This record gives sequence, C-alpha cells and structure tokens, in this order.
Amino acid sequence: MFDLQGYGPILLKGTWLTIQLGIVSLLVGLVLGLLGAAAKLSGVWILQRIADIYTTVVRGVPELLMVFFIYFGGDALLQFIASQIGYAGRTDMSRFWAGVAALSIMFGAYATEVFRMAVEDIPKGQWEAAQSLGMRPIQTIRRIILPQMWLVALPGLGNLTLVLLKDTALVSLIGLQDLMYYAGRAAQSTQKPFTFYIVAALVYLALTTVVTLLMTHFEWRANPAARYAKALAKSKGGQA
Amino acid sequence: MNLNWQAVIDQLPTMLKASVITIELVVASCVLGLILGVILGLLRSSRHWWIKALPFAYIFFFRGTPLLIQIFLIYQGLGQFEFIKQSVLWEPVFKQAYWCAIIAFTLNTAAYIAEIVRGAIAAIPKGELEAADAIGMSKSQKIRRIMLPRAFGIMIPAYSNEVIFILKGSALAASMTLAELTYTAKNLGAKNYLHIEMYVAAGVIYLILAWIIMIGFRLFENHINKHKRYVPPTT
Repeated sequence: MFDLQGYGPILLKGTWLTIQLGIVSLLVGLVLGLLGAAAKLSGVWILQRIADIYTTVVRGVPELLMVFFIYFGGDALLQFIASQIGYAGRTDMSRFWAGVAALSIMFGAYATEVFRMAVEDIPKGQWEAAQSLGMRPIQTIRRIILPQMWLVALPGLGNLTLVLLKDTALVSLIGLQDLMYYAGRAAQSTQKPFTFYIVAALVYLALTTVVTLLMTHFEWRANPAARYAKALAKSKGGQA
Repeated sequence: MNLNWQAVIDQLPTMLKASVITIELVVASCVLGLILGVILGLLRSSRHWWIKALPFAYIFFFRGTPLLIQIFLIYQGLGQFEFIKQSVLWEPVFKQAYWCAIIAFTLNTAAYIAEIVRGAIAAIPKGELEAADAIGMSKSQKIRRIMLPRAFGIMIPAYSNEVIFILKGSALAASMTLAELTYTAKNLGAKNYLHIEMYVAAGVIYLILAWIIMIGFRLFENHINKHKRYVPPTT
C-alpha cells in the first residue's frame, strides 16, 4: 500500500525544505517576538501603538492571505523601492524568503504576546531588588529577567512552533517546493491523491511529534526547581 | 507608489458577495464542529481506555497535521476510492469544493474543540459532580444537567478563539478554487495587477469579521456567566 512509486526521494527533499523553512522562520520569528514585546513594554507611546497594530492585524487576518500578500504584494513593493533608488532592472522576490517573511511575521505576532505576558509574570520587586543592588537595566534583563522569562514562555512558544510547522504547508500554494508541494505533484501524476497526501500527513505528524518531545525536554531543562523536586523525591525513596 | 483605491470601491460588491461564502463556511463548520467536538470531548474524558483510544487518535491526527493536507485528503483524496465514487453522495457532496471545505473544517475544528471540552470538564469542581451523584442523578442526567452547562460556561473564551481560527482557516478554501474572500482577492488582484489594494481590502474585511465574532462572544459570555456576578442581598 505504501509503495511510493519512486516518489520517496523527492518527498524527502520536500521534507528537508519544510524543516529548513520551519527553523529559519522560527529564529526570525523569535527575534520579532522579542522586539515586539520590548516595544509593548517600553512605555514609549509610538512603539506601543506600532506593536499593537502589528499584533492585532496579524492575528486577525488569515495566514494564507498573509502569504499571498507578501509574495504578490511584496513583489510590487520591492519593485517600487528598487525604482525609487534608481535600479531599473527586474526585482524578483525569492519564494523561500517570501515564505520565511510571512511565517515569521505570523509567529512573531503571537510570540510578542507570549513574551509580554512572561515578563509581566515576573514580580516587580525583582526589578527593584536588582536596581537596589546597583544593576543596570540591561544587566537586570540579562541576569534576572530573561532566565526566568523562558520558564513561563516555553509552553506557549512550543504551541506556536507547532502552529508554525503546520503553516509551512501554505507556502506550497506560492510554488515553494516543500513536502506538501511534492505530495501534490506525486498525487497528480500517479492519480493516487489519498495515498500521497496521507504519507505527507504522516510525515508532518512525525515532525510535530518530534517538536513536542523537544519542547517537553526544553521545559524540563528550563525548570531547575522541578528537576530538584524530582531528585529530592527520588532520594527520599518511598517515604511519603 | 500610486495605489488605485478607486478599484477597490468598484470591486467592493464582488468582495462582499465573496465574504458571504466565507461567513457560510465559518457558521456551518462552527455549528457542526461544536456538535462533533462535544461528543469527542465527552468520549475523551472517559475513564475506560477502549472508549478514549479512538477520540485520542482522532485528535492526535487532526491537530498534528496541516489543515491544508486535510482539505486535499477529502477534496482530492476520496476520489481515489471506487466505492465512494459509486456512492450517491459523490456527485452532490464529495465532488463539490463547498461541501468538502465544510467537512474538512468541521473535522479539523472538532479535534480542537474536543480538547477544549476535555479541559473544561476537568475544570468543573469535583464537588458539583459528587453532589449530582449524591442526589441520585443518572449518568445521562448528570451529563445533561451539570457537566455540559458548566463546561460551556468555562469553555466560551477558548471556543471564541477557535471560531477566529476557523475564520482564518476558511481562507484555505481558496486552494480548491472556491470563490470565497481570499480567492476573490487573489483573482481580482492578479487580473488588474492590484495585488496590494485587493489584499488590504480583504484583510480589512477579515478584521471586521473577527472583531464582530469577538464582540458577539463577549456579550454571550456575560450572559451565560451571569451567576458569577451575582451578589447576594445583604440585610
């Protein structure tokens, strides 16, 4: 039943592109999320409004519309910028980077909220305590706030990563040759759409399962208190 | 950069007509998905492994794979099977992009709703269920009178998020050339080289729809959770 009729290697190639796309978008998206959260928490009115508009618009507009907008609209925009600075030739937005732009902008909008809530979760007294020790704001953020923020932010980021991974399938609709794209091609030429789409679905399922396992691991690593509690319970043996 | 906003105004009737299809898709999948999701959520909350195994596998598959694949599995994939092609449902249902979209969105959202229902059931204070047992309610009475009403009150905020996700997911129907909002925007944009204008217009319509959904749910939530704001009269 799972005779891939020679389409196995090409599906693997698509899977590799899906993974690359996911990782690059995740990294860019994390940066956008941190910037967005910093803007929202900055107390500077104009930065806060920009971040507000960013998160509201992106979270209320379909992912597919974003992908199309950045790919088709972004091309027109690039062309315009190129002509303004006196470049007369044709500009072509690469599909890969259009995909990365769309996916990371979407990830960043949700991540902004996750980071903002995680920072707000840290008691104000800690900022004050760091200040009273003579730490500069940047030191406070690096030594006190960031290490604790991850603990609260990780579960949310894990969910967003799963959403991101599934959303990578959308780039096949702008012709980027990812797993979904090749599955469609194979489905068309073999007339066995169900077989190939279910194979692709199982590959996505495997990828999301790996991400889930990795996330559980990271959450465990980021939480020394939980590890300590477990070690303590173990050393005490059966005592209740 | 000269953007042609007059074109947007000219095409507004077409865009609004397309958003009616988007709204139909969302409403149909919300209602059907809620029914299926509640059933799956109840089964998933069962204590017996043979009852919860199947909903678990269902939820795992539909939450772990892209919605786009689920759409193609139903819209194109089902045609691979002779017995479906022979069945009476083939012509009126499985060959139609419209119904396939509703089926795919319903199956997808039901998996997420089932998890929300499970969480809400777990959040019902245990004493209330014990009280139902204590006054001799049967199992179905307990589910109907205590569990479901309480769970609905708890799950509304999460469900409203899910409805927004269906609204956003409905754009994927464009991939099967169903003339809903995103597809129409893409087509009009490509025909007249007005990509930016048409996508911005579609984006604004989506934002308005999302905004209406959020306000509607806030009003509904205030109504259904009235008891939380009840202050006993002091004498």
